[in-house]
Amino acid sequence: MKFGVIVFPGSNCDHDAYHVISKHVGQPVDFIWHRETDLSGFDAVIIPGGFSYGDYLRPGALARFSPVMKAIRTFAENGGYVFGICNGFQILCESGLLPGVLLRNIGQNFICRHVNLRVENNNTPYTSEIEPNSTLSIPIAHADGNYYCDDDTYRQLEENGQIVFRYCNEAGEATEESNPNGARANIAGICNVERNVLGMMPHPERACEELLGSTDGLGIFKSLAKAIMNG
Amino acid sequence: MKANIYVTLKTGVLDPQGKAIHHSAEMLGHLNIEDIRQGKFFEIYFKNDVTAEEAGKTARKLADEMLANPVIEDYRIEIVE
Repeated sequence: MKFGVIVFPGSNCDHDAYHVISKHVGQPVDFIWHRETDLSGFDAVIIPGGFSYGDYLRPGALARFSPVMKAIRTFAENGGYVFGICNGFQILCESGLLPGVLLRNIGQNFICRHVNLRVENNNTPYTSEIEPNSTLSIPIAHADGNYYCDDDTYRQLEENGQIVFRYCNEAGEATEESNPNGARANIAGICNVERNVLGMMPHPERACEELLGSTDGLGIFKSLAKAIMNG
Repeated sequence: MKANIYVTLKTGVLDPQGKAIHHSAEMLGHLNIEDIRQGKFFEIYFKNDVTAEEAGKTARKLADEMLANPVIEDYRIEIVE
């Protein structure tokens, strides 16, 4: 199997994602420059965090017009796995591959700390290997992570089981206090109806080594690798 | 030919930046303000031989495809000779 990590001008979490796939998942991985239009040979692409195009206009708004995004759309339509982390989630929403939008954090500040996430749904290729009802400790680092969608969209997300991660407290309760950015219904990550595209604001690639304070992010990458292996 | 494009938040979308500006306005002594909402303003300068109709068409496409995020923003366009 082969993973790809997309690199836009301004992406800065690409190396962390590459490192996790290479060292901890132990699979072949390549960087993919944003002008690339050929994704043949890849099973999964990660759209990493950072500040693509400087967050100009809106976070992710300009990255969606890069040549690689057209290829990613086709790739996703054909069942390829597309994993957007932080800026990657913003890009997926701007390009319509996921519904909704990420607004400025309600407190106006850039927040950089560990949060607790409740796994809402084990029925996705990204969470199948994670213990049901788990709480994961994963860091966030963003100023625009406030997930918003209208009522109809929210209803669909609920009905289709597309909400994958919610901010919660240590006891696993999705309270207002545990919501760092005002995201609707504490939503931290969602997937598309087909479940091959996932976007999340927290950084699981920064939670794969004891040295960084948590290894709770590993389960997500291992679930994905298993899903690819099982075809 | 020039297009002015005003992009504003839809009603109902929370605007914490607008609120922050409102609080600062109050600190400056302006207590007669109900609400402030922040938007964006784009000026598109067209090349010499572009007609008003063409400019309008391009401006609308740009606004639809890129300048406004339809999930949260509305826009209005002015064409200026």
